[in-house]
Formats: sequence, structure tokens, C-alpha cells
Amino acid sequence: MIEQVARRSYGRLVALLAARCRDIAAAEDALGEALLAALRQWPADGVPENPEAWLMTAAKRRLVDEARKAGVRARTVLDALDDVDGFPDERLRLLFVCTHPALAPEVQVPLMLQTVLGLTAEAIAAALCVAPRTMGQRLWRAKAKIRDAGVPFEMPGRQEWPARVTTILEAIYAAYGSGWEDGRARELVDEAVYLARLLVSLLPDDPEAKGLLALILFAESRREARRVDGRFVPLDRQDRRRWDAAMIAEAEALLGAAAGQGVLGVYQLEAALQSAHVAGDRAAVIDLYDGLCALAPTLGARVGRAAARLELDPAAALAALDEIERPGDYQPYWVCRGEALRALGRAAESREAFERAIGLSEDAAIRAYLATRASPP
Amino acid sequence: MLYTILIYESAADTARRDEPAYRASYLAYGKALREAGILRGGAGLQLPETATTVRLAGGKRVVQDGPYADTKEKMGGFYVIEVDDLDKALEWAARCPAVAGEGVVEVRPHLAPFAPG
Repeated sequence: MIEQVARRSYGRLVALLAARCRDIAAAEDALGEALLAALRQWPADGVPENPEAWLMTAAKRRLVDEARKAGVRARTVLDALDDVDGFPDERLRLLFVCTHPALAPEVQVPLMLQTVLGLTAEAIAAALCVAPRTMGQRLWRAKAKIRDAGVPFEMPGRQEWPARVTTILEAIYAAYGSGWEDGRARELVDEAVYLARLLVSLLPDDPEAKGLLALILFAESRREARRVDGRFVPLDRQDRRRWDAAMIAEAEALLGAAAGQGVLGVYQLEAALQSAHVAGDRAAVIDLYDGLCALAPTLGARVGRAAARLELDPAAALAALDEIERPGDYQPYWVCRGEALRALGRAAESREAFERAIGLSEDAAIRAYLATRASPP
Repeated sequence: MLYTILIYESAADTARRDEPAYRASYLAYGKALREAGILRGGAGLQLPETATTVRLAGGKRVVQDGPYADTKEKMGGFYVIEVDDLDKALEWAARCPAVAGEGVVEVRPHLAPFAPG
């Protein structure tokens, strides 16, 4: 129960505290202590009527104590914290602070994931394939920079929003992606959806915010169809009755609204791809992947472009894959390669590619599925 | 909060130091800082060739001609300002004539004064 409250409220409370005391690390510590106190007292005294208010009071008290020890007049800190009643959502402000150019680019997304979504440094390190210790140090340094250099807790001027929003969208997408297949990270997915919605409502003129929400909703709509009896089911074989029609409708509406706002971007393209998949429009999928590769030729986009051609022209798909110089450990590349070789009747090479893919997969159900594809048709 | 703005001016600017336009731009900048009520100190510095370093090497004092760091843009001066936060400091730093002259300006927050005892 306490864990639930903690998960739901963490980001909001950290943001609120940090905005007032201008020190994310101190806010996190204070809230951490408050949560520990809750773990000690609530089982004995019962959960308070307003758990968030209780946590806020405990955290504020802690902040004042720490400030006093550091020689700051308690009155100053208390005054700053005093207008922290009611719970305005300062999370958007915190997200903007985390994308301040004074912070190293590679720490901005991790910082958002930690402070607003409450992910541990270890979880973030795993999601982004960075050593946990390195990640811990980067996060520590970033928070020290914010405090020591006086990075303000203000929303930047409007003209800076586009660049900052791009990074925020990245963080939300990363959070969604890291919770995608892991059942335990259900709340993380919900948080990502919530924040994506929040951004859309707060940035009504931003088509990419709509694009991201649409993308996430499309992916979420297929959650019940992706796993059946613990087995992974690929999109073209899913039972469409298990798709959430309401989410798909909302996603389509968002895409339409975004299109009207003129500026095409990566998230809108990815969402449009999902829409095309849903409609079974293969030609559109190919065109959209070509567009995506022109705009942002990431490894994912280039492999997607190859995969789009798989069914109609496996030789062309293989050729597209061959153009990728260093696929490295990118699992989808090897899956796509395996499928292309399988379709071309090159069984031995196909099996090798699938084995490589299996070695790179973390999910047992996906590994099992790939094993079935590796064996002869 | 107190910040020092460290000025690294481009070679082109260094070559212009005697020109009226160069001096006028710095006079105007200093005036603006003063009128904003935020200037707490600062100085133009003579060129790096005039610098001398002092250090210990193998326990012995070594005095050497020249600046500590040989950078492409030359350290030419500094301002000390007092503003609310980093964004305000950056706004003012951006107005420093060295930036328009394709140099680089560094903004560094001050340490809190060391408490005695």
C-alpha cells in the first residue's frame, strides 16, 4: 500500500519540493526519509487519511532540519516551503529543468527518468545500456550542477520550448519502452502515458507531443493481444478483437490533429506507421519507413524499412539489411535477417541469424517464439 | 548568486584591441552591467604573453614565461556579477563583446565564502 502511494506520488512530490528549495538532491533525500518514516509508522498507526500531505509535512520538516544544520536560517527555508499546500503539478517544470542546456546532454533523459518517474539509477542504467556506477555518478553530478550553478526552476521562454520538448518526449518514450514487456513495470507504463497526456494538454500547439501519445496508445492498444498464455504473438498474427478499439480511435484522432499542425516529426511518423500496420496498408508502411529514414536514419528505422519489404520482396529486404554496416547487438536486425533468409530458402544462414537474435533477447517468450522461427518451415 | 564571467577572445579580437570600436563595445558592456546594478568587479587583462606562471616541480619553485594554458582563444579578462540564477548570468554573458567576436565566454558560480573556525 505504501509502495503504491510512493509510486503514484513520488514524481509530483519531488517536483513540488525541488521547485521550492531549488535542490533536487535535497528534495529526493527528504522525501526518501519521509517514506522510510512512513514505512515505520503507518503499519503501527494506520495509513493517514491524506498520505500525500503526511509525506509532504515529513519531507518539509526534514528539509528545514538539513538547512538549519547547514547554517541557513530556518525561517528562510520555511517561507520558501510555505506555499506548498495543495498539490499543483510541478512535474512539467521539473522536466524542463532537467533539459537545461547547462546539463550534459547524456544525463538529461536519465535525470528525468529518476526525478520525475522515480526510476532507480540501476534501472535507468539497464534501460540505456550504461554501467550502473557511471549512471549513478552522472546523475549525482547533474544534481550538484543544478544546485551549485543555480540552474533556475523556471519554465524557459517559449522560443526555447521546441528543443527542450524534444528531449522530454525522448524521456517519456524511453520510460514507456523500458516498461513495455516487464509486467512489474506496469506503473511505469501508466506514468509514461500520464506524462504524455499531460504534455499534450500543456502544449496544445506541439504536433510531436500528440505524435508521441498516439504512438504510445497504439502500442498500448495491443497489450492484450501481444501475449497469449505467456506466448509472444507478432502483430500480423494477433487477434484483432483483443485490440483496444477506444485507444486506437484516440490515437488516430491525435494523429489527425497533429497533421493539421504542419510540422512532421519522428513521433508522428512512427505513430503513422502504427496506424498503417493496423490498417494493413503495406504500401503506406514502406513509404512511411522511407520517410522516417530520410528524417532520422537510426538503426531502428533502417531495420524497420527492411522489415517492411520482407513479405513482398525478401531479397530487397536482405539488400536493405546488407546496407547497414554495423548492426552489432541490435536484436531486431538479426530477427529481420533471419526472416529474410528463411523466406529465401537459405535455411542454415537463417538459423544462424535467429540464434544470434535469441542470444540478444531478454524475454523468454520472445526467445521461444524465435526458436520456432529458427527451425525449418 | 555571484558568478565570474571569464572571457576568451578570438585571435581576430585580440588583434583589434587598440581599435576604438573594440574599446567602445567593452565600455558599453561595462556600462550596461553597472546600470543594471549587477557588476561587482572585473578587469581587462593584458595578453597571455605577459603572463608568468609559478609552480613547484620536484619540490623546487619553477617560474616560467607565458600563460598556464595555451588556448586558441585567449583569456582576456573577467567580470564578476551578482544575479538571481544561472539563466540571468548566461543572458549577460551572451552580451559580452567577445561572443560576437567569435570567442568563448565561461560562466562559473562562486564558492560560498569559507566560514571561519
